Amino acid sequence: MSSDQDHLQQTDTEERFDFKKDSKAAYAAEKGLTEDTIHAISDDKDEPDWMRERRLRALKQFQAMPMPTDWPGQPDLSEMDINEIVPYIRPDIETRGGVDDWTDLPDEIKDTFDKLGIPEAEKNALSGVGAQYESEVVYQNMLEQWEDKGVIFCNMDEAVREHEEIVKEHFMTNCVPPSDNKFAALHGAIWSGGSFVYVPEDVTVDMPVQAYFRMNSEGMGQFEHTLIIAEENSEVHYIEGCSAPKYSAFNLHSGGVEVFVGENAHVQYSTVQNWSKNTYNLNTKRALVEQDGRMEWISGSMGSKATMLYPSTVLKGRGASDNHITIAFAGEGQNIDTGAKVYHNAPNTKSTIESKSISKDGGRTNYRGLVHIADGAENSSTAVECDALMFDNESTSDTMPYMEINESKVDVAHEATVGKIGDEDIFYLQTRGLDDDDAKQMIVSGFIEPITEELPIEYAVELNRLVELEMEGSLG
Amino acid sequence: MYELRMATLEINNLHAQVAENGERILRGVDLVVESGEIHALMGPNGSGKSTTAKVIAGHPAYEVTDGEILLHLDDEDVADVDADEDQLSWNLLDLEPNERAALGIFLAFQYPAEIEGVTMTNFLRQALNAKLEERAELFEDEDEEADAEEDEGFETSPMEGPADDGEVGVAEFQQILSEKMELLDMDESFAQRYLNAGFSGGEKKQNEVLQAAILEPSIAVLDEIDSGLDIDRLDDVAQGIERLRDEQGTGVLQITHYQRILDYVEPDRVHVMLDGEVVMEGDAELAEKLEENGYDWVREQVYA
Repeated sequence: MSSDQDHLQQTDTEERFDFKKDSKAAYAAEKGLTEDTIHAISDDKDEPDWMRERRLRALKQFQAMPMPTDWPGQPDLSEMDINEIVPYIRPDIETRGGVDDWTDLPDEIKDTFDKLGIPEAEKNALSGVGAQYESEVVYQNMLEQWEDKGVIFCNMDEAVREHEEIVKEHFMTNCVPPSDNKFAALHGAIWSGGSFVYVPEDVTVDMPVQAYFRMNSEGMGQFEHTLIIAEENSEVHYIEGCSAPKYSAFNLHSGGVEVFVGENAHVQYSTVQNWSKNTYNLNTKRALVEQDGRMEWISGSMGSKATMLYPSTVLKGRGASDNHITIAFAGEGQNIDTGAKVYHNAPNTKSTIESKSISKDGGRTNYRGLVHIADGAENSSTAVECDALMFDNESTSDTMPYMEINESKVDVAHEATVGKIGDEDIFYLQTRGLDDDDAKQMIVSGFIEPITEELPIEYAVELNRLVELEMEGSLG
Repeated sequence: MYELRMATLEINNLHAQVAENGERILRGVDLVVESGEIHALMGPNGSGKSTTAKVIAGHPAYEVTDGEILLHLDDEDVADVDADEDQLSWNLLDLEPNERAALGIFLAFQYPAEIEGVTMTNFLRQALNAKLEERAELFEDEDEEADAEEDEGFETSPMEGPADDGEVGVAEFQQILSEKMELLDMDESFAQRYLNAGFSGGEKKQNEVLQAAILEPSIAVLDEIDSGLDIDRLDDVAQGIERLRDEQGTGVLQITHYQRILDYVEPDRVHVMLDGEVVMEGDAELAEKLEENGYDWVREQVYA
């Protein structure tokens, strides 16, 4: 067992996630959202004009678009008032863009990430770490060996300044344009922080790169932007963790992720999200994949009041492939609406989607997915498997796997199961000595095993812990 | 493992019905099984054999309307848990299924559950540790209980992790498992397969005996362990049952339709059930008589 794992075992997960710090901020935008808000953010960040323009355009689009209200079974967003959200908080740190030594961080922020176990994880298993506190990245570090090979891992604000041309070309243009949906537009207007990852041709980054996003203030929004560019024949694994403590007012997280997978490149994007139960988590994530490239999305959606998240992949080049693995857990008062979208726009493309969801104590999970196979994308194949496990009769689970198949020479497979946790299964385990709770926990950990076995060990441990905590109903 | 435990299972006038619809199944079952003995419980379909097994283990689908199920422990053999005198006799009907398991009751299922995603190794190690822990709790006096609650920490997940005090660690457990599997002629690969998932009928039955060998019960109720077994496997399973008795001192209550397995495992006592009661008892010869004459013969004898 690695010492990394030891560390994760020894730190109490609940304590690590559900704590809050007094908020000390250098700058906080007023509540609400107007052009003035945009100018204030842009001024504070000292951004180039093109970015300010893009923000203003996105704001107009946001204001013009209606809230999504008519999707069957979707989370209720009516209580969410964007005007109550503080869109931008810059923590009090002198060096903009973050420090590269944990000890240089203010104590309150350092404590937070210590509790989350981030510095320890960096020491042991990662190529680079970025940590975002409220709206800004406060820590960023990359191992020299990767820097020497031309790998870039920096915060998004820095990227706008230091790598302007490449960001200008890729930032919310043809991957996730603000017009994609209302919350993508909101994100385009007030995004802040996030990560920029660039991997040059023929470079394999064989240790994961990790970012950690933390919301600490009440009633704030976090809108980090992640842009990953993997050039031809390159490979990278990006891991993202998210959390927020519990407050009475709601928080909003609306991140944007754009991934460019070059020819024969391979990108894996893994995330374990654990938001407090008053967070609306509404994200837009998309990857564009060139010929023979491969994209993998692995998502664990825990916590939040409502989540709407459908990572999507556009298979642009011949032979490109996609693999989605998602797991969602909804307890009392939660509606976790997740899924996957894949567009097969070229021949010989391949996708697999595996989704597992668990609902308990009246919680609701939905799988909402779309597989589109374009006319001419011959010899393409897709396999979709969605399994839902319900703990009781009060909980709900729905499966909505849409298929749009416009090509006849394709292979399409779909399987869905929805079931209640079996009384006979529980009894069987009880007769072997496990009590009722442990029996259920064992069944659930087995149910999500196909997912946890795909994760790096420390994340698998983490995910299992979070599921255990959810099942005890003890997470705030 | 932990020390050998001698016990006596005593069932008195047991009446039980299906909880959902009130259908009466057991109408006064009396039965005594001691550690170290092999008993056969026989009877036609619907006579209440399987229900008896499930009620002993605490299945929630049945409601006990009368009678008792007692488990008496031999005080010399509970020395390792420091039992008080009043902790030597338990009414199982007051206990949860896992508490019954902790006291040494084991039920081998006719149709074992398939649990996807949980390896045999993880499952059995966790079960064994849960049993040890529950047992310590059952025998704990009240002061200790209060202490224990205070420092109740985070439990180890099935994903390994540092073993708590008194737990069987991963390496130690692997060794126990390999040994027991070899004795049952089971392939090593079983250890990493998911619990019963995709197992053949015979493999599932072998697995039930393996679990009994690992959990070392004082009383094992085997519900039609012989159904769906080919001859070779029947032999492995029968030897496994004899080892439970010979090496662990387990008392076996073997529920079966047919006499076939009794040729391999000779019972000390044979009990015959009819219409929810034990109506006839005898030694191994009784089973042979049944084989020759069928259950109609029993009916004639009883209702004549």
